[in-house]
Amino acid sequence: MFSLSRKNVITLVIFSAIVLTMPIWLKPLGAAYPGLMQKFVIYAIFAIGFNILFGLTGYLSFGHAAFLGVGSYTAVWSFKLLTMDMIPALIFAVIFAGIFALFIGYFSLRRSGIYFSILTLAFAQMSYSLAYSVLTPITFGETGLLIARDDPRAIDAMLGVNQSASGMPVPSLLGFELGGYSGFYICAVVLIVAFFLSQMIFASPFGMALRGIKSNQTRMMYTGFNTKPYMLTAFVISGMFAGLAGGLLAVTDPIAGAERMKWTESGNLVLMTMLGGVGTLVGPVVGAWLIKYLENIFSAINTNMLNNFFDFLPDGVQTVMVTVMSKFVGEGWHLTLGLMFVLIVVFLPGGLVEGTERLVRRFRRIAGPSDEPTGKMASGRAGND
Amino acid sequence: MTNQKIGRRRLLKTMGAGFAATVASPLVFTGRGHAQEFCNNPGDKNPIIGFNVPQTGTYAEEGLEQLKGYELAVKHINGEGDGGMMNTMTPTSLKGNGILGRKLQYVTGDTQTNTDAARDGARRMIERDGAIMVTGCVTTGEAVAQQALCHELGVIYMSGLTHGNDTTGKDKRRYGFRHFFNGYMSGVAIAPILAEEYGRDRKAYHLTADYNWGWTREESIMNATEALGWETVKAVRTPLGIGDYSQYLTPVLNSGADVLILNHYGHDMVNSLPQAVQFGMRDRMINGKQFELIVPMFSELMAVGAGDAVKGIIGTQNWNWQLEDAGSKAFTQSYGAAYGEPPSQSAHTGYVQTLLYADAVERAGTFYPPEVIRALEDFEFDGLGNGPTLYRGSDHQCFKEVLVVRGNENPTSRFDVLNVIGKTPREEVIYDPAIFGGELGPYEPNQC
Repeated sequence: MFSLSRKNVITLVIFSAIVLTMPIWLKPLGAAYPGLMQKFVIYAIFAIGFNILFGLTGYLSFGHAAFLGVGSYTAVWSFKLLTMDMIPALIFAVIFAGIFALFIGYFSLRRSGIYFSILTLAFAQMSYSLAYSVLTPITFGETGLLIARDDPRAIDAMLGVNQSASGMPVPSLLGFELGGYSGFYICAVVLIVAFFLSQMIFASPFGMALRGIKSNQTRMMYTGFNTKPYMLTAFVISGMFAGLAGGLLAVTDPIAGAERMKWTESGNLVLMTMLGGVGTLVGPVVGAWLIKYLENIFSAINTNMLNNFFDFLPDGVQTVMVTVMSKFVGEGWHLTLGLMFVLIVVFLPGGLVEGTERLVRRFRRIAGPSDEPTGKMASGRAGND
Repeated sequence: MTNQKIGRRRLLKTMGAGFAATVASPLVFTGRGHAQEFCNNPGDKNPIIGFNVPQTGTYAEEGLEQLKGYELAVKHINGEGDGGMMNTMTPTSLKGNGILGRKLQYVTGDTQTNTDAARDGARRMIERDGAIMVTGCVTTGEAVAQQALCHELGVIYMSGLTHGNDTTGKDKRRYGFRHFFNGYMSGVAIAPILAEEYGRDRKAYHLTADYNWGWTREESIMNATEALGWETVKAVRTPLGIGDYSQYLTPVLNSGADVLILNHYGHDMVNSLPQAVQFGMRDRMINGKQFELIVPMFSELMAVGAGDAVKGIIGTQNWNWQLEDAGSKAFTQSYGAAYGEPPSQSAHTGYVQTLLYADAVERAGTFYPPEVIRALEDFEFDGLGNGPTLYRGSDHQCFKEVLVVRGNENPTSRFDVLNVIGKTPREEVIYDPAIFGGELGPYEPNQC
């Protein structure tokens, strides 16, 4: 059952290496601090899960942020009521998000195409409104759900676990406190497992059936497939991935706020997947990293930093460069993102992954056609689609 | 091509190696925390503070104003410019040579008016940029989220514009401080002026933004007006961010109420108030009395946004640039010289918070957070625009005069939209910290 093709194993090993060495290669990019790296890893899980639905079946859900939110709220409640250990929190987060996805999926999947998207959007907006005001006794609305020192924490109390006497309680894994780098490595391991699962799903007959639904649902039905259960399963799996990501968000930073469920977050997720490459394994991950990087690093660049950066230029040119560039960084980072999105959708419909593949192909062609028989190239791609 | 399988044994081996590397790697990368006695100790280097405000999103305008206030404060603390309120603050230990003789530096971030983004920004400042203090926000959600985070990491957080009771109420934290006033104070402060202007026999109808801030706002003002003898006809919750309030305004006309209280902020208020005026509410006579509108909490930007509708409307403010005391004058002058316009209350609270933090570090003689916190707690000061002010130790809330303002009938410019019509003294707005619950937590910081 846990067998993968050689190509997939190599991908998995390279992927793991890249994820685990993040603190090293992100250093020159100014992003090697635990807070952001945790976000990188968690949103990659989120995007991988979304890609199982969107990439394989082609059903565009605009409501995945709702599952993320459900996961976060569940995990924080588990911290408040049961224990500060992350394992029950994550298990509950995944289960609750799954149940919630089952509910929403059952209704939304009765329609396809744009109607499906609108339905999921409507459900997600509804969840956001509920979390923001109606369900305030559970979600604490605007100020968000926080842990407090005097929460009951039944299991911890029963086991007599003494949470850190100073400061606030910190989420832990079997007594080992999480935070900073340890939090990042835990999330990284979860991401690698999630990536492995996604590889399994992509390579399985189930994944093949989902692809069949994407290319021609009617034909699938004529060949005797009942597509509904497949769709619903894909939707729930994808919701569970989102719940896992939401739970991890709470593990690394124990707060759950309603804004996490807003439709803009769902929209961001769609952007991530499309930027990276829909339906590819690594595409969504790359997209998630890119957007989180822009959001956190680009948005923090101010004119002082630009001035320092362009210091080597003559005075007049420097002013011009800083004036022009300042529109694209800092508060203008959305503009950069938008431009990039337009360019990629127009020129690289397959996202950054397709772009890289094209580059690789070009290099190989330049390197010499005699070394690379064309047949091998074609087969290399076949494993990917 | 996917049937080129590898054996179970080989896969297990590969995975085992990967797992071992994973488990071992935290040991390699976490050796950093032990070198410093507390989070982001500046040591011999220049101290860095983080300004985390919304620069995009719903409250971007107020956030950018706040940022200007912060940048001005840094200039003054470092001895550039005319010194602004540093010259009027008493007592003060600031000398205009930075903090503890070292130049203050800053980093900025965009909270996008979103709690998650606010926390991301604050973590970047603390974990990457080495910020010793984080400050800024425009909503209570942002304030509470950042304050909790900073407490966990052991970094002081000075909140910006947050008016909800929760920030220093049920969600208060040892590492969080608020200079801005809150909903409770607004209610208490506005009540006597309302009695004076509109009498004690009124029937009030509330429209309230449906989230925490709105509810605490509504509760506070309801208690205050009912204590005056007003009757509350009805309190209706309106969803956040709707553009059209007509379905909520129509029932008001037939309810028998003669006062409409709009517990809205920002865009909600900018929409609801003009629509209420367009309904002709202000021209109506009910029970033989003139129908009145009240917006308990104002900001200059909201007043500008609401346009003509704001004329004659009564509300409260934390600070107004038209105040005549020496501190306000000095601040308005140096802000005007730097940016060419008068400051808003958002810029003011940011400026003051930075000065107060710098001063507390000077007095404590160290950046060690517990000492700085003790220096701020129960600190009594004057000359920062609000008269004598107390930073109460039991909930980290500032107590000072609260301004009651009225929309200017004949504004001479777009900055001249609100007139101060009354000040409610500090003694009257002080309350027992126990009424909101919550716990400050320990002084001792966690390691970040």
